[in-house]
Amino acid sequence: MNTEHLKNNSMSLAGEPPKALNTGQKLALVLGMVGLAILAISLFNVSFPNKSLWLSISLLAILVGIFWFSFAVYGDKTKGIKNDGVWFKSISGRGLWAWLLGIGLTIFYVVLYFYPQYLGLAKEGENSGVIALFDPLSKLLGGVPASQWFVYGTLYTLAILGFGIKFIWKYRHNRYEILRTISVMFFQTSFAFIIPELMLRLNSENFSLPYYDLKNIWPLNYYNFERYRVDSFISSGDIGLAFLIFGVLSIFVITPILTYKYGKRWYCSWVCGCGGLAETAGDPFRHLSDKSVFAWRVERWVVHSVVVFVTLMTTAVIYSYLGNDTSKYWLTKNTFLIGVATILTLVFAWVMIYKRKELQKDAKYGAIGYFVIIMVLIGLHYLSRNGHVFLFRAETLRSSYAFLIGAIFSGVIGVGFYPIFGNRVWCRFGCPMAAILGFQQRLFSRFRITTNGGQCISCGNCSTYCEMGIDVRAYAQKGENIVRSSCVGCGICAAVCPRGVLKLENGPLEGRINPTEVLLGNDVDLMELAKRK
Amino acid sequence: MNHIVIIGNGIAGVTAARHIRKKSSDKITLVSSETEHFFSRTALMYVYMGHMEFGHLKPYEDWFWKKNDIDLLQDYVTAVDTDNKKVFLKTFNSLEYDKLIIATGSKSNKFGWPGQDLDGVQGLYSKQDLDLLETNAPNKNICRRAVIVGGGLIGIELVEMLRSREIPVTMLVREKSFWNVVLPKGESQMINEHIREHHIDLRLDTNLVEILADENGRVRAVTTDKSETIECNLVGLAPGVSPNIEFLKDSGIDLGKGVLVNRYLETNIPDIYAIGDCAEQREAIGNRKSVEAVWYTGRMMGEAVAHTVCGHKMPYNPGNWFNSAKFLDIEYQTYGWVFPESDKKGYEAHFHWRHPKERMCVTIAYHKDNKQLLGINTFGIRLRHQVVDRWLTEEIKIHLAMEHLRDANFDPEFYRNYESEIVAAFNSEFGTHIEPKRNNRKRILPRG
Repeated sequence: MNTEHLKNNSMSLAGEPPKALNTGQKLALVLGMVGLAILAISLFNVSFPNKSLWLSISLLAILVGIFWFSFAVYGDKTKGIKNDGVWFKSISGRGLWAWLLGIGLTIFYVVLYFYPQYLGLAKEGENSGVIALFDPLSKLLGGVPASQWFVYGTLYTLAILGFGIKFIWKYRHNRYEILRTISVMFFQTSFAFIIPELMLRLNSENFSLPYYDLKNIWPLNYYNFERYRVDSFISSGDIGLAFLIFGVLSIFVITPILTYKYGKRWYCSWVCGCGGLAETAGDPFRHLSDKSVFAWRVERWVVHSVVVFVTLMTTAVIYSYLGNDTSKYWLTKNTFLIGVATILTLVFAWVMIYKRKELQKDAKYGAIGYFVIIMVLIGLHYLSRNGHVFLFRAETLRSSYAFLIGAIFSGVIGVGFYPIFGNRVWCRFGCPMAAILGFQQRLFSRFRITTNGGQCISCGNCSTYCEMGIDVRAYAQKGENIVRSSCVGCGICAAVCPRGVLKLENGPLEGRINPTEVLLGNDVDLMELAKRK
Repeated sequence: MNHIVIIGNGIAGVTAARHIRKKSSDKITLVSSETEHFFSRTALMYVYMGHMEFGHLKPYEDWFWKKNDIDLLQDYVTAVDTDNKKVFLKTFNSLEYDKLIIATGSKSNKFGWPGQDLDGVQGLYSKQDLDLLETNAPNKNICRRAVIVGGGLIGIELVEMLRSREIPVTMLVREKSFWNVVLPKGESQMINEHIREHHIDLRLDTNLVEILADENGRVRAVTTDKSETIECNLVGLAPGVSPNIEFLKDSGIDLGKGVLVNRYLETNIPDIYAIGDCAEQREAIGNRKSVEAVWYTGRMMGEAVAHTVCGHKMPYNPGNWFNSAKFLDIEYQTYGWVFPESDKKGYEAHFHWRHPKERMCVTIAYHKDNKQLLGINTFGIRLRHQVVDRWLTEEIKIHLAMEHLRDANFDPEFYRNYESEIVAAFNSEFGTHIEPKRNNRKRILPRG
């Protein structure tokens, strides 16, 4: 006898409590579906008489549908943790609805990245289909017709806003969660959506800034230093140059300072758009992440390989368009390579000298990664000819990265598989930005999750609801602080803990990592205990 | 190489096994009939509520036991032969041991109520109980009402579980206010209100008289001492637990309520130890009960006995008392001793603060004469264990605790804090002029 029979594998939405939908939820769902249906109908080139009106109806129906749904779920409940029935519901318990949603999202991403013409994107002339439906909004904001990315950006922002409100409602007893969610909603709407569109309006024939979401930092924004962007930054005078400098500073100066002070959460769960979607629309799937030690091992290999890949790719790309003549421009191929090698060596030397103990055997893998990069840099210098990097052209590296990591990993797998593998698959296994921030978080940051003495009952809520698949309980039950590179500081472990064991906080580096010999509660003579060892 | 047999794979037995493995290469066998692997008993409720699947309750992955060379045996110990150092098993015949650790936990109390063994009447302690509840009360159509008997921690858990499936629940509580054998009045009162806020039919000062059966021998209703009959499909019995030691009756091991042990957790028979819920201290330690059926004490005894079994005698020496629980949405933590009115010591006085609207309150116990801090209960506010533990050990005065109250806060960042309100209430009650100081890391986490 077990709970298997409760898993709803049928198509019926009207199951047994607590997984059934009430009338309000059903009506709200219908309203949201109507909004989506309008978008779906437009795909088939049904020409709507008044595009602005129909687009507004559609987007409003989706938004109001989500608000209404949230109200119907949480409105009449007391404040507190709302995880009843999470594993019983088909949509959040890997049931049939989860698979359908996963497949639907995956198809959407494949079309978006590789077949935008099916969405109605026209290379020349008028857009059709769903993209045409978004033309009025795009013209209003950026002054140009919509692209598939505009459609995607609008829906993405809508999802973060709508499900952000739902999340706030769900965690209305928790001010950390509320503020964090308002923050991601703000950064998505302004920095990712409206500001870049308004920037487009500034462009003219001799002034052309590239599309730039300022909070999208290299290496997450892997294309930021590609030739066409750098060219247009430089050609746009002081403003363009300022943006370029900001792009460099954000990864080399701003990011390390903020990560030192607050941990990587300042970015991953307060600012980042990928994190924003994961924390709002992805929240119902956070418990699906794999907590096994095996998954952790895979994570470390994969995510750090992506860092190596993106570093090499970016270096090769920049190298490929730099010149050799110092009289033309101060930054040449050689100075650039030496610069990259110097930065990497400094970081590596600092870690090996000061932080070797904390890394233990991982240091070996770090050394391997470093060694690979340096060898390739040397290879670049001696073996590269005619734009080739070893056997590959820089362009080949770039396009494979864009395809494999930028499209397949972050989009298709990262979001498409939310309902199956959880909402942070990309952030955990793929995001090079998260890996770099995490590396710093582990070694040089004031952030940690403090464990409250001996109050842990090993219940497992923290681990289950950790979207990054960290086995939080493994630390908490030993009375150890949690200092893990992958932790994005979402704070949900502390929220769902029924015993008040966990607290995210910033504090001195000393004593941050604290393996304890005896849990608080047993009074033992520690000197005596130490002598025996 | 010794063979150490541990009966029971709960938190006490498993902690003992882990710590023994850290210190020695003895052969360790963990015997349990309940489940193959260790799980967190206190989290069973979350499986029924759909927060977690049973697998999530296991703190260690299944490969852990083999990797650490701890043998698991799923079997039931029927008797112990102390002369021949053997335990008898239901299916595996028998097992010889060099050292034996008894960690068999508790069983649910039943007080001889008529009808207590009917179908549809159950407690909530084991994995089997959880499975049974899934059969007895899968949803609100099959279980149209449940009656929970007992106003303690398991009672309130059962209520919360059933409410998560929208099953109407009546709660019969013997006391005049919820859990007032442990909680002071103000706190108990707040929980009463919170229970009712969750649409639970709370009947205080009400005793179960009889459980009535239908024609199939299933529960159909209960009667109370208020001469009421309440129709129901499930009766949850939660009037506490007692040590699970019946199989030791004829073993020669000294038994009281539980297995009698000294401070080293040794029984009267050499090489036999008892830990956790089933152990009874021959002399109670301080204000503690002689049988402590709490997760934390089970774990602490497991840690202590491991040292002793491995040849470094270490007493079970619990420090300041602490515990925690959650009543529906309200978290509760306690440190030191805060007794309810019925048990209050002659020297004990209380300061109580309750938020005017939110479900939050604090009770601080102190010594009437010398003002020493004796204990703190908080509801809806988290405290930092380390800080309060140090206060209690250093026997600070309540005034200093008030001044440094912010050091003890453990609520998530950005939470509204109520120290100034609490201290203001204290000042007006005692005519003091304490200014709560800003929290200070140097005081919170002293080095060296």
